[in-house]
Amino acid sequence: MSDPHSDVQLVSDEGMRLDGRALDELRPIRIEAGVLERADGSCYLEWGSNKVLVGVYGPREVHPKHMQNPLKGIVQARYNMAAFSVSERKRPGPDRRAVEISKITSEALECVVLTDQFPRTTVDVYIEVLEASAGTRCAGLTAASVALADAGIPMKDLVVALASGKINGKLALDLGKAEDNFGEADVPFAIVPRTGEVVLLQMDGHLTKEEFETILEMNVRAAAQVYELQKQALVKRYSAYAEPAPGEEQAAQPVQAVVASGSPERFHEPKIAAPPPTDVVVDEILEAVEATTPAAPGEEPDVNADEDEAEGGDI
Amino acid sequence: MPADIVSFIKRDYIHSMAKQGVRLDGRGMEEMREVEVTKPFVTSAEGSARVKLGKTDVVVGVKIEPGTPFADRPNQGVLIVNAELVPIASPDFETGPPRPPAIELARVTDRAIREAQTFDLAPLCIDAGKKVFMVFIDIHPVDYHGNLFDSCEWGALAALSVATVPWSKIDPDRKDERLKLQNFPVSITVAKLSDRLLVDPSLDEEEVADARLTVCTDQNGDVRAMQKGLAGSFTVDEVKYIVELSRSLGKKVRSKLAG
Repeated sequence: MSDPHSDVQLVSDEGMRLDGRALDELRPIRIEAGVLERADGSCYLEWGSNKVLVGVYGPREVHPKHMQNPLKGIVQARYNMAAFSVSERKRPGPDRRAVEISKITSEALECVVLTDQFPRTTVDVYIEVLEASAGTRCAGLTAASVALADAGIPMKDLVVALASGKINGKLALDLGKAEDNFGEADVPFAIVPRTGEVVLLQMDGHLTKEEFETILEMNVRAAAQVYELQKQALVKRYSAYAEPAPGEEQAAQPVQAVVASGSPERFHEPKIAAPPPTDVVVDEILEAVEATTPAAPGEEPDVNADEDEAEGGDI
Repeated sequence: MPADIVSFIKRDYIHSMAKQGVRLDGRGMEEMREVEVTKPFVTSAEGSARVKLGKTDVVVGVKIEPGTPFADRPNQGVLIVNAELVPIASPDFETGPPRPPAIELARVTDRAIREAQTFDLAPLCIDAGKKVFMVFIDIHPVDYHGNLFDSCEWGALAALSVATVPWSKIDPDRKDERLKLQNFPVSITVAKLSDRLLVDPSLDEEEVADARLTVCTDQNGDVRAMQKGLAGSFTVDEVKYIVELSRSLGKKVRSKLAG
């Protein structure tokens, strides 16, 4: 092993990783929106063997009151690992790590949520990690943004998060468990694809300036792939509602239509806090797009020009 | 767990329906919601399951790790049941240390599993007085639509039924062994509304119920644990009736959990 920092072989001579991936390959990702009934919005995400469930409640009243902001809403994320999510049982409840992750996740989400539209309120984002295998904060943040969109919270875009790093002297995308433990560097990163804003960035380990820049580029390129999966999950969730009115004027669908096609046996009053989400989100997005780019509405503005299959295997 | 303030209109509506023997979701008074079991659910735990009871959704993980035995039971393994009412499951659940409802839920589940001698704790002894296996059952409701007592107990049982004891971690020559279950205690909860009994109360029903009784029976039809809750009361005949109901319904659920 040429690398002095690690005596664990994480990459074969052919450039193959322990789980059979290439260096620039993501783990398999599955995203499902709207999986919980009581939450205003929710998302279940599997990323490799990570399993993350996110529920969103709000906008609702802030407790304690002194945390209210009279000018804008706040976003409060809570990252929580189930006791059985790791190989050695984790003591239930937040530890220092979870508190930190909750904080940076809240801050990242606050960048995309249009909080000035609902002052004095909070949007609570509960991230439950059911199975953990490296990259849970990124999986949680990625799922959280889908859950927010599912809840109909006005946002400028989704957030994509992933962590890449350096293993056995080579740069690798989306670190797995062993790579995270025995690698030389880890860079958790989150981006708003439409605007290119980086809303979360952490790093530990040892990288040269050039290596760091390459990792950033790898992350940006891979984020575009995850972004597509997020959008597909939302489209899948709401395409059922679009079917009865395939005409052009469906933006002003009445709330009752959604409630009626939901669960008829439920007594609960229609959720006033959650209007038909896609419409709101799409409107917001279209407005944002029209404001920034002269491109034809409906077309995806290509922030990351090279989003195709992330080929460049020479890293 | 019912923390919501319920309007009189809703309360009266559900009660008057109950009096006529009708339920909001169209179920019969002795009809349970659909049960769906996924096991195992996560690979990080020694045993796990996800149980859906209607829209109520519970994830349970079983961790089995070496630890020190209790002084008064030096050669027995340790069983610990913990329930967290995480705020993802309901707008009424809050963060922070477990409150009385979560503690009651964990203890009722604990009692059902423990008192039924669901599995033998003696073979979990590694070194008497020094080292035994600790079995942690962590219960995580993720979507709360009523009747957590049953869904959590079922989840715990389903997770135990696929659990392995990691002997290889203690002794490299010994293979991991499946946790052997000797009994299958299944709890059934009945709510009382306006003197009518209804099985498996939904969230709406739970919120306006007068009384609640959870009865846990094993595969032989014997009663293994009970818990009465809320401010109302039951007559002796009602209690007998509920025990009988729990035996017959428990049988159906048991085959689903064990399968």
